[in-house]
Amino acid sequence: MPSRSTTNVVIAGLGGQGVLTAASILAEALFRAGFDVKQSEIHGMSQRGGSVSSHVRFGDKVFSPMVPTGQADFLVVLAVDQVDVARPMLRAGGMLVEPSLVESKQLTSKRSLNVALLGTLARHLDVADPLWHAAIAATLPERLHAANLRAFAIGKMP
Amino acid sequence: MSQKPDAIRQLASGNEAVALAALHAAVKLGAGYPGTPSTEILEVFAAQGGPAQWAPNEKVALEVGLGAAFAGARALVTMKHVGLNVASDPLFTAAYTGVTGGLVIVSADDPGMASSQNEQDNRHYALAAGVPMFEPADSQEAYDFTLRAIELSERWRIPVLLRMTTRVCHSTTVLQTPGHPVPPAPPVVFVRDIPGRVMIPAYARPAHRRLRTKLEEIAAWNDKEGPNPIIDRDGELGIITSNVTYQHVREAAPGASVLKLGLTYPLPIETMRGFVASVRRCVVLEEGDPFLYQAARAASLEVSGKPEMYRFGELDVERVRRIVAGDTSPEPLPTAGKPPELCPGCPHRNVFEALRGLGCIVAGDIGCYTLGVLPPFSAMDTCVCMGAAIGVGLGLRHTLPLEQARRVVSVIGDSTFVHSGITGLVEMIYNPPPTGHVLIILDNGTTAMTGLQEHPGTGRRLNHEPTGKVDFEALAHALGIKNVRVFDPVVESDAISGIVQAALAKDELSLLIGRRPCLLAAGASKARGKADAKP
Repeated sequence: MPSRSTTNVVIAGLGGQGVLTAASILAEALFRAGFDVKQSEIHGMSQRGGSVSSHVRFGDKVFSPMVPTGQADFLVVLAVDQVDVARPMLRAGGMLVEPSLVESKQLTSKRSLNVALLGTLARHLDVADPLWHAAIAATLPERLHAANLRAFAIGKMP
Repeated sequence: MSQKPDAIRQLASGNEAVALAALHAAVKLGAGYPGTPSTEILEVFAAQGGPAQWAPNEKVALEVGLGAAFAGARALVTMKHVGLNVASDPLFTAAYTGVTGGLVIVSADDPGMASSQNEQDNRHYALAAGVPMFEPADSQEAYDFTLRAIELSERWRIPVLLRMTTRVCHSTTVLQTPGHPVPPAPPVVFVRDIPGRVMIPAYARPAHRRLRTKLEEIAAWNDKEGPNPIIDRDGELGIITSNVTYQHVREAAPGASVLKLGLTYPLPIETMRGFVASVRRCVVLEEGDPFLYQAARAASLEVSGKPEMYRFGELDVERVRRIVAGDTSPEPLPTAGKPPELCPGCPHRNVFEALRGLGCIVAGDIGCYTLGVLPPFSAMDTCVCMGAAIGVGLGLRHTLPLEQARRVVSVIGDSTFVHSGITGLVEMIYNPPPTGHVLIILDNGTTAMTGLQEHPGTGRRLNHEPTGKVDFEALAHALGIKNVRVFDPVVESDAISGIVQAALAKDELSLLIGRRPCLLAAGASKARGKADAKP
């Protein structure tokens, strides 16, 4: 069992890559698993192709919605060129989840890379698959469910 | 409660929470102007069936909300922090007139300027206008305080500010509804109250005294039963705080006693005094200006504040830790990410390329197109506030040497033009510079920057249904602008330079309209057009 003290996840990428969607799915899955959850992000200017990041924190009781710099247990980066930008968020010994960890050839669309990387992240979180599936279904429009459930499964495969 | 929603536990953003509270309290009218980070409140309210509408600007939105509240209806008015500058004229006198139905004004502040031109601290407006102010710390409080604000507004017949910040508006946290029960809404009917609502000096003088009496009563209520809990820990360190800063404080100083202020104007000074006396050392921890600190010091409370360096930007756990420790060593700089840019294929691009090529002096404005200031365009010389492109451009034209004056153009977006540009256009007619002037409206048929909202120039209401449409060309003709030229910045991209140059050469007043739908909005608006065409 993982500790229920606050765990920090940062998801980073570029505007349009689905950073905020991935964070919403993650937060929803953790909420369904019974954690206190906070998700925080900056909208606005970031929507025009610039760097975007979203913070998700969970545990028994979460206070600040923002992950302190250098304290992310997991850093999920959707764009290879954003790894260096986001890396200062990661704590020493924290885990970097990056696109190279996913068999991208297996993805039918690169638009579902965000959800595939959530699958990779899910290997390390105490959240059962049905909760992830429910979170994907609750967050995305129905026509995207099948493709994203598949992407999640591809990312989750060891 | 006016409605009895089922108990639900869910994740919600602060903005969604305000919208839900407005629904549950049967708010009769939501009005506002889009602005990050406030925009989603009315969109969510409308999506759930709430009556919501975009106004041309925040001043009009507040006036419409005030009229509804005079009628006895509950009203919610939303805007970003700088929007309250625009709405401040009705705000100050609405504090005198008071209201019948509850009137809640959301000011969504943006400390750190994630998407704003300044980081003004709108808590000062509560003090300056004399209106009570709630400050939520998460989505639950955003919901609860919206309901409490409606209740307080109706009990004391006074408009109430709900001051949020980016981190509350756009953070998603657990929300349990329904919450604090609100008394049933008052009946909606016109009851004449001339001395109460007609602010001629003879009626305004007693109204000001009534306002101050209300604020004294509310301060006493706030001390007695306001939403200001105390977390009792050690007697060594006490922290007085509010809003999202409370969250950072609990994490950075888990051993400290905390007084968390929910209604930060009028302040519960006696509660604060008692708290200060209960601890050995007391720190006031707040984002932005030293608003609480100055009030505490004015009441002779022995508290310390924060070093000046923490006035700037957002606070977070680490900065709170540093403030408590009195650490003023330089902070590490954040790594620079990729800046935003105009979308590939954005029609604005061609206009800025032309302006750069012509060596224009560009008085710019607020919107996506402000990104025209960045390389590779670097084609904007000023950006101050909504609508300033026209006034600033005219001021430059009036005073610069003729050679430079003839290169000045004002560039404004369609939504911004409707918001605050029309009076600028009137000024252009009334006080034309000797060299004339050239105004370019970049009309992409939407409020793009904030997420594609409708406005009076699109001819569609907040819910995208067709309505009356402001015709920019007809307006300019009616005001007496002789040279009006519409161009398509994509189809006529090669002609833009020539069109602008011809206008600049005239020494007359010209309006150029670059009209091409925003790429992001084009698909949806085409689909709506087809749907409307069906019988």
